[in-house]
Amino acid sequence: MNLRRAIISYARPFGTLAVLVALGGIISVLTPYFLTVPNLLNVAQQTVINAVIAVGMTLVIISAGIDLSVGSILAFAGVVLAQALHAGWPLPLAILAGVGVGTACGLVNGLLITMGRLPPFIATLGMMSVARGAALLATGGRPVSGFGESFRWLANGRLATVPAAVVLMLLVYAAAYFVLRRTKFGRYVYAVGGNEEAALLSGVPVGICKIAIYGSCGGLAGLAAVVLTSRLNSAQPIAGLSYELDAIAAAVIGGASLMGGEGSVLGTLVGALIMGVLRNGLNLLGVSSFVQQVFIGVVIIAAVLLDMLFKQRKR
Amino acid sequence: MDHSVQTVLSMKGIVKRYPGVVALEGVDLDVRRGEVHVLLGENGAGKSTLVKILAGAVRRDAGTLEIEGRAYELSTPREAQTAGVSVIYQEFNLVPGLTVAENIFLGREPRGFLPGFIDQALLVSEAERILHGLGVVIDPRSVVRSLGVAEQQMVEVAKALSVDARIVVMDEPTSALTEREIGRLFMVIRRLRERGVAIIYISHRLDELFQIGDRVTVLRDGRLIGTRVIAESTRAGLIRMMVGRDLTEQFPPRGATVGEEVLRVEGLTRRGVLDGISFVLHRGEVLGLTGLMGAGRTELARALFGADPIDAGRVWVRGSEVVIRSPQHAIRLGLGFLTEDRKRQGLVLGCSVTENICLASLDRFSRGGVMQAGNERAEASRLASELRVKTPSLGERVLNLSGGNQQKVVLGKWLCRSAEILLFDEPTRGIDVGAKAEVYQLIRRLSAAGKAILIISSELPEILGLSDRILVMSRGRLSGMFGAAEATPEAILRCALGADAA
Ligand SMILES: Nc1ncnc2c1ncn2[C@@H]1O[C@H](COP(=O)(O)OP(=O)(O)OP(=O)(O)O)[C@@H](O)[C@H]1O
Ligand SMILES: [Mg+2]
Repeated sequence: MNLRRAIISYARPFGTLAVLVALGGIISVLTPYFLTVPNLLNVAQQTVINAVIAVGMTLVIISAGIDLSVGSILAFAGVVLAQALHAGWPLPLAILAGVGVGTACGLVNGLLITMGRLPPFIATLGMMSVARGAALLATGGRPVSGFGESFRWLANGRLATVPAAVVLMLLVYAAAYFVLRRTKFGRYVYAVGGNEEAALLSGVPVGICKIAIYGSCGGLAGLAAVVLTSRLNSAQPIAGLSYELDAIAAAVIGGASLMGGEGSVLGTLVGALIMGVLRNGLNLLGVSSFVQQVFIGVVIIAAVLLDMLFKQRKR
Repeated sequence: MDHSVQTVLSMKGIVKRYPGVVALEGVDLDVRRGEVHVLLGENGAGKSTLVKILAGAVRRDAGTLEIEGRAYELSTPREAQTAGVSVIYQEFNLVPGLTVAENIFLGREPRGFLPGFIDQALLVSEAERILHGLGVVIDPRSVVRSLGVAEQQMVEVAKALSVDARIVVMDEPTSALTEREIGRLFMVIRRLRERGVAIIYISHRLDELFQIGDRVTVLRDGRLIGTRVIAESTRAGLIRMMVGRDLTEQFPPRGATVGEEVLRVEGLTRRGVLDGISFVLHRGEVLGLTGLMGAGRTELARALFGADPIDAGRVWVRGSEVVIRSPQHAIRLGLGFLTEDRKRQGLVLGCSVTENICLASLDRFSRGGVMQAGNERAEASRLASELRVKTPSLGERVLNLSGGNQQKVVLGKWLCRSAEILLFDEPTRGIDVGAKAEVYQLIRRLSAAGKAILIISSELPEILGLSDRILVMSRGRLSGMFGAAEATPEAILRCALGADAA
């Protein structure tokens, strides 16, 4: 009996994991190059940006919110970082500036949602436009390019054979897993999303929690900006368009519920990998980017349908 | 045969299993036309599950079901509705953002001039007619979100009665109602019975079953114990069938000492809701608070707890004056608030039993923000067994627990917090006789240990049996105060009915 219960409670992330494995299987049959170490590392590296943003999005979604501004925040944080580097700031300080700008935007979101009582959709929709505008204003609409060797290493360098960016991503996931599963804050996130009123009446500092959640989400978008800018050796004010949708998709494929109270970072990682594998596979197969769009949409819907079907079986 | 005409519903060999639990193990139930058939059993015995199967909300694993001699599968609620079954669920199923009238006719809205449109005027007037028939004054145009639990309960009743049903199921309809509304509900039940409608009635209040019931079927741990004619049964006999042993229903004797004052309230006012409430509460004291639906009892507790703002009034906690700004602040001051609506305000349904029990005391179970899972589990397990929460494991989501067991989890949350001043709003709502006796013992133990307890309850016997002093509210004011010795049901009721009696 206990075994069955255990299987049922763990089967959900495994369900999406099964989708990932099946997808990888199909693609590797179609194109053998897929299953080589360099390509797999490549997939991991391509996934980093979305995966890092999606961690923050997962927190937000578990708390029954949504953040539409992450793509714009990424662009804004990227140009701030780039300009700081060009102004000759030391590397750590410049990175701090980028992540800090992202965090600040996120905190503003949080304040609008708690103090201003705005629905998350509205608050972050506004921030989406403000941060984008700020990025364009700061650069006059032109990319800021060309950085030193040590900064470029962040996204392109390797630790042994593993890309440094992938290591960073794994560290972020480990930290997020710990925070959600093992800390008081993590418990609060689930409680706020599951039943805000009950949480409030149990003494959970709901407002502070939400501010922290949106702040982290913005900060992680800033961190993704560091990786992206380093990889491209350039910060674009129009970077990150529709990244928020990719992040939402990764979280939702990974089992997060937009109703709140449900979701896990491991699920989200698998969700982000599914999207990465799909893009990579379709590229290898030479499928046009128009068709790719269709495929990705279909996979998102199929994955969530499967998940829901699984849940209903338990009735 | 005459028999087949009489029997409206016949369920045979019903089985339902959940992972780790057998909810029903071959249960039979037959219900006759024009009878009130009571289902009795402890928390988690399977009553709601049986009823949900009849309502098409849960699928049975085995067993047959016949309504007026016809076999039914009943795999969707809609199918059950068409078969003439109408259900008032234990947990509310209203859409909070819609109006009372819209909720009553949800899915069966009267058609307007054009298809796809709703005849609003008819909707409201029909709703008004039904509510009037129930003798309640609720504006059909008000939004459900703004109603209290008792009012929501009456809306549920109205919704169930708005269809012409052959079988009406009521799963603990009175657990949120006060004496007066219960009286009205019973009148409605009697009228239905005269019209030949069969009523399946679930309640943990044994007095009610002798007032209204014809026959009773007792379940224990998912098994059928037997069906009896109520007129030929005794209270003690039914309890024995239900619990499997004898049980003393006595209220435990009152503790000895009432200590110094811990809470003083003066002139507490919230416009339109509370009007100049003043009282004091002492260490080791149980202060009962009662009144009719809408008298402002819950509102008083919420205002004290910082959940609602107040317009005027002063509050002292342990001698020093405080302005309680938020629930968080109240909890820091040593207050605890067990809310009446467990689903909406008490529990995070998607979280586990452990997580819910510990939710208000995470500081105790964490160091530097990191949870100490071992301590947490140990404390939750201690409380769960003390309260006899029936659950396959402490990791089970509260969503899957029976109503009474959910209530025990909410109780556990505040015991875990070990608050000094406890505000209990309907603490025994929906829990069985055995558990009730345990909660009464517990309240005694808490007050003996020096806690100050304000207990809100609509059950007069409970208030009379537990309280050292009794406050009565009417229309937002305190309309009376009684010592334990001088309180009688009649005096309290007169006081609750309003200032005109004073
Ligand atoms: N969806 C579910 N998943 C798992 N277990 C369930 C589910 N629904 C009910 N159960 C279990 O089935 C048993 C019977 O529950 P049920 O709600 O029928 O009890 P009940 O007699 O109505 O109790 P109460 O008086 O507390 O309302 C309980 O042990 C409960 O935990
Ligand atoms: Mg029940």
